[in-house]
Amino acid sequence: MSTDAIALPGTGLASRPIVVRLHEWVTTVDHKRLGILYIIYALVFLLIAGIEAIVIRIQLIRPHNDFVSPQVFNRMFTMHGTTMIFFVVMPVLFGFANYLLPLMIGARDMAFPRLNAFSFWMTAFGGLLLYFSLVGANGLYGAGNAPDVGWFAYAPLTSQTFSLGHSTDFWILGILVSGFGSIGVAINIVSTVICMRCPGMTLAKMPLFAWLNFVMAGLVILAVSPLTAAQIMLLVDRYLGGHFFDTQAGGSAVMWMHFFWIFGHPEVYVLVLPAFAFVSEIVPVFSRKPIFGYSVMVGATVAIGFISMSVWAHHMFTVGMGANANTFFVLSTMAIAVPTGIKIFNWLATMWGGKIDFKTPMLFCIAFLFQFLVAGLTGVMLGTAPFNWHLGNSYFVVAHFHYVIVGGILFALFGAFYYWFPKMSGKMYNETLGKLHFWLFFIGFHLTFDFMHIPGLLGMPRRIYTYEPGRGWDTWNLIVTIGVFFQAAGILVFLGNFIWSYFRGESVGSDPWDAWTLEWSTNSPPPVYNFATIPEVKSRRPLWDLKHPDDPD
Amino acid sequence: MRLVDKFGHGIGLQIFVCVCCSAAAFADHAVPFSPTNIFAPASTAAKSIFGLSLFVLAVTGAIFVVVFTLLLYSVVKFRRQKNDDGREPPQVYGSNQVEIAWTVIPVLIVVALFMATARVIADIQKASLPANTIEVVAIGHQFWWEYRYPGRGVVTANELHVPVSDPSNPTPTLIKLLSADTDHSFWVPRLAGKTDLIPNHPNSMWIDPQETGLYLGQCAQYCGTQHAKMLLRVYVQSRDDFDRWIQQQRQPAFVKEDASQGQRVFETTACINCHTVAGTAANGRFGPDLTHLMSRDTIAAGAAKNTPESLRQWILNPDSIKPGSLMPAMQLSDQDLVALTAYLETLR
Amino acid sequence: MNATAITVTEHRIEWDRPDRGRVGMFSLIGAESAIFTIFVVAYLFYIGKSLTGPTPKDVLSVPVFYTICLLSSSLTIHLAAKSLRRGSVGTFGAWWFATIALGATFLYGTATEWHRLIYQEGLTISTNLFGTTYYSLVGLHGFHVIVGLLALSIVMTFFLMGKVKSEHAERVDVLSLYWHFVDAVWVVVFTVVYVLGR
Ligand code: HEA
Ligand code: HEA
Ligand code: HEC
Ligand code: CUA
Ligand SMILES: [Cu+2]
Repeated sequence: MSTDAIALPGTGLASRPIVVRLHEWVTTVDHKRLGILYIIYALVFLLIAGIEAIVIRIQLIRPHNDFVSPQVFNRMFTMHGTTMIFFVVMPVLFGFANYLLPLMIGARDMAFPRLNAFSFWMTAFGGLLLYFSLVGANGLYGAGNAPDVGWFAYAPLTSQTFSLGHSTDFWILGILVSGFGSIGVAINIVSTVICMRCPGMTLAKMPLFAWLNFVMAGLVILAVSPLTAAQIMLLVDRYLGGHFFDTQAGGSAVMWMHFFWIFGHPEVYVLVLPAFAFVSEIVPVFSRKPIFGYSVMVGATVAIGFISMSVWAHHMFTVGMGANANTFFVLSTMAIAVPTGIKIFNWLATMWGGKIDFKTPMLFCIAFLFQFLVAGLTGVMLGTAPFNWHLGNSYFVVAHFHYVIVGGILFALFGAFYYWFPKMSGKMYNETLGKLHFWLFFIGFHLTFDFMHIPGLLGMPRRIYTYEPGRGWDTWNLIVTIGVFFQAAGILVFLGNFIWSYFRGESVGSDPWDAWTLEWSTNSPPPVYNFATIPEVKSRRPLWDLKHPDDPD
Repeated sequence: MRLVDKFGHGIGLQIFVCVCCSAAAFADHAVPFSPTNIFAPASTAAKSIFGLSLFVLAVTGAIFVVVFTLLLYSVVKFRRQKNDDGREPPQVYGSNQVEIAWTVIPVLIVVALFMATARVIADIQKASLPANTIEVVAIGHQFWWEYRYPGRGVVTANELHVPVSDPSNPTPTLIKLLSADTDHSFWVPRLAGKTDLIPNHPNSMWIDPQETGLYLGQCAQYCGTQHAKMLLRVYVQSRDDFDRWIQQQRQPAFVKEDASQGQRVFETTACINCHTVAGTAANGRFGPDLTHLMSRDTIAAGAAKNTPESLRQWILNPDSIKPGSLMPAMQLSDQDLVALTAYLETLR
Repeated sequence: MNATAITVTEHRIEWDRPDRGRVGMFSLIGAESAIFTIFVVAYLFYIGKSLTGPTPKDVLSVPVFYTICLLSSSLTIHLAAKSLRRGSVGTFGAWWFATIALGATFLYGTATEWHRLIYQEGLTISTNLFGTTYYSLVGLHGFHVIVGLLALSIVMTFFLMGKVKSEHAERVDVLSLYWHFVDAVWVVVFTVVYVLGR
């Protein structure tokens, strides 16, 4: 079968009327289209939540600034945090998983294509619901507008007494609905990995990408569900007069914290495992070596999955748990440093002795390694309970998690964009613009988030709309704010690069990186059915075997 | 620095000493640097946390240096050369020895970190306090602090007074933490780590400040619109000054004759529903106790200096100082406002 | 390289993977279990913490009969699935119907209990913590019974239309997994609400 025969129907699409094409996108159950829908959806929300971050930073540029009112500020950080976590990073990672998993394991689609479409539209609807609060939440009291309870919405601030109007309801419903979507995706990923692998691809021969997403999906199933349960309870409280978190009627505010963080902590690993997955694919290819210690990497991933479910109360060191509980959670929190460290060392060892090619994806991955290392170490500081009594809820925490999420996840994600863009679009991105994006974002990131640790050490709590002069925080906040504009510039270059390359870029063949996993064996972009014949594999790097018949894996 | 000495024999001795020296040097200048610096501890709990944090910083710093060096080395050493021959490098799939090495070493580090941490947790949370401990109840309200001294008959707001504690004969203060509405958190970095105030979940913490002076902090758990202006002020006084302060706070409100016009305004306006002035009809508990308002340096939880002008401005329109605070603007005529402020200024 | 870079000339590898319906159902059950766990934990935590009456001791009576109904429906659905696998479609229909009847009886039991609690004992979801946790937990379970019954009824409809064949045995099996799960959850809910909580 010749390549051209497959590519032709694809190019024919362009000539059809826009309504028809739109209709196809809306009704599609193809994992690749759904993947792209997820990604675009997430990018739109990245801009929105990023603009919210810019508002936050402008307000904090100097003490006693009055760019926005306290109410608006509180809504900004709530919407920023909620959007970034639930409607940017989660969807974008699901998007990549959706697009790449079937290709990597040699399948024609996910296990349940219609569930897949359903999940996407649930997530999409959830985001719209959250933002509908901007127009629909005024309620009788007129107090509404966007929710302002913070992304972890501690009780009793969310009760009818303290949160009038409907803004909090939109927060609950938006996340509840998108939570159903997430659980749907997770079920799909688990089933796909278990049931759809092509002949020969035993679990031990899957790309690490599949393993990491598999564990991620397992975590979603076990972690998002508790959040769903807690949200239902909160709805019962708000609409049916229940008392789960009603401290006046004997309910417990601490209970909500436990429920939220039982979700919240595994959630951060849900976010980071796919980032690990990108790095585990990109680093070997640009170092020209197989991943070092594959089975140890798998073991470490599974270990992270399990341990991460026993550490949640490290977010609660200051709520007055007893000394014993604190001590236990210190131990479990620190234990997670071991498997995570193993991962870092294995990536390093993969690069060791290789021939590293500094293409844009690799640059982002190297920055990821460096930044994730720092962020993990500040995590360990936070995990030291007594130290946490200072650092918790200060700007140090804000710096810690942006270091992981932006410095780690976002960097890995950008790497993934550059790496798989040729596969998804069939066009090569512009390398110069890619490097420009990298350096702008790198500088912006470090200006913002390196210096953000310091006000935390100097006693600046988070979620304050303004602060007093004379506490030594002014200069640091100024620098932090300046950094954001570099980041914004970087992101604009990134978007520009892709839009330009999509229309004007050079066409690429199926395998521009000389890579080794199955997705590079089919056309760019892949045809609807992915593979004309279902492939059969004998090792972890089927394309290596093909290119080096003399020295197969 | 007992703790610090113990750790001195641990891992990364050299780096540790370096960090200690620079941190110690830093600590000397730390207070002018920032009045809320966590590295300028002035009480036992804060000091043992400081010791632990130096240890943790040293260990994590050492890990960073090692791993970062490896990263830098491999990036520089193994980059693709200009004159590359295009052949693939040797394909290495793994090695059990090194995997074991980089599992075992982190495990050991974690054990060390954990033991040091567990110790400090116990030191602070399981400390037994002497019999002469002073007890204070701190109640968090949306955007201000209420302080009660049980057994001493003192109720005040926003400015906490405690006696200095002599390390050889400690007089620590035990603060019971309650909340009247949402979650708050008590955080005065130089005195102790933070502890949350949660409704229906009583907490407590202790401090034993070893130098007199004013210690600052602020609410560290998001509690609503004005979370940012819920500032903490702790006045650490010599024992004599403290006892004198207590005496003074126990007096009933002192009223001068020529302020009685203002008192009438006060008592006929809604003020008394929310505020208490001991010995008068005003016994509300929603807002701060005003019995000795004038003994405080600031009003509205540190949001403004306690001056006649800011008092007037506050009563006329609290939102102009603290938008979103729970005290309504009282719509008083100019005349009443002047009389009322004059009355408030007698509440010493 | 092209789309057929990796081709199969002949199938040499024995390749057997689990049924995706089953795996999907087990994943769903995993998620549901997590949801129920949270509700159960909340129930256990709030036992005895209500500030006002009525207490579980005052008002709850143990629904032995209805519990037996629900648990035995696990048996009937198992027999139904087994019959279908053996190809006796008629027997399948009978057992399947019995399952639905037993499930519906259980629901009727819950409904009468709630009616009594609300109208005679004055216990509603907003009365006290007990009411909140009780109605939420039992209601969440009841909701699952309803969903299960709907799914069972759909199959029943197909059966009545004569569309159920023995080749559907696998799908029916997967659905019966869900029903078993709903029953198993009741064992937990029962223990927590009527044994530990009383
Ligand atoms: C993707 C996201 C992500 C990731 C991966 C992590 C990873 C870690 N986090 Fe982080 N964290 C967040 C996202 C993340 N976190 C978020 C969003 C919050 C705040 C939520 C909020 O309050 O809004 C938070 C908050 C948070 C807190 C609570 C702070 C507070 O509010 O009081 C704590 C406390 O323990 C913590 C610890 C850790 C630890 C120990 C790790 C570890 O996994 C790190 C492990 C990695 C390393 C340690 C580096 C590599 C290891 C080696 C080189 C081996 C050798 C090292 C040793 C032996 C130490 N995090
Ligand atoms: C995925 C997670 C994620 C990401 C990527 C980010 C990204 C950023 N975050 Fe966010 N953040 C959170 C998750 C995240 N954050 C969470 C969970 C919280 C806690 C919320 C809470 O407390 O409840 C938080 C809180 C938080 C705070 C603390 C608020 C407070 O406590 O008061 C701050 C303050 O500086 C901040 C800043 C930033 C900045 C500067 C970025 C930057 O990296 C953003 C860079 C992006 C852009 C700059 C967008 C580019 C846009 C354009 C270029 C626009 C172009 C214009 C048009 C098209 C019109 N974040
Ligand atoms: C609805 C309740 C309410 C009424 C009525 C009310 N106050 Fe207040 N008041 C408060 C609250 C709440 C605060 C604390 C605000 C804060 O710091 O956020 C406060 C703070 C104050 C303070 C500052 C106290 C301090 O030590 O910080 C003064 C002074 C004051 N009120 C005076 C008055 C006067 C005078 C009136 C009547 C004309 C009045 N209040 C009426 C609720 C009320
Ligand atoms: Cu009180 Cu924040
Ligand atoms: Cu965590």
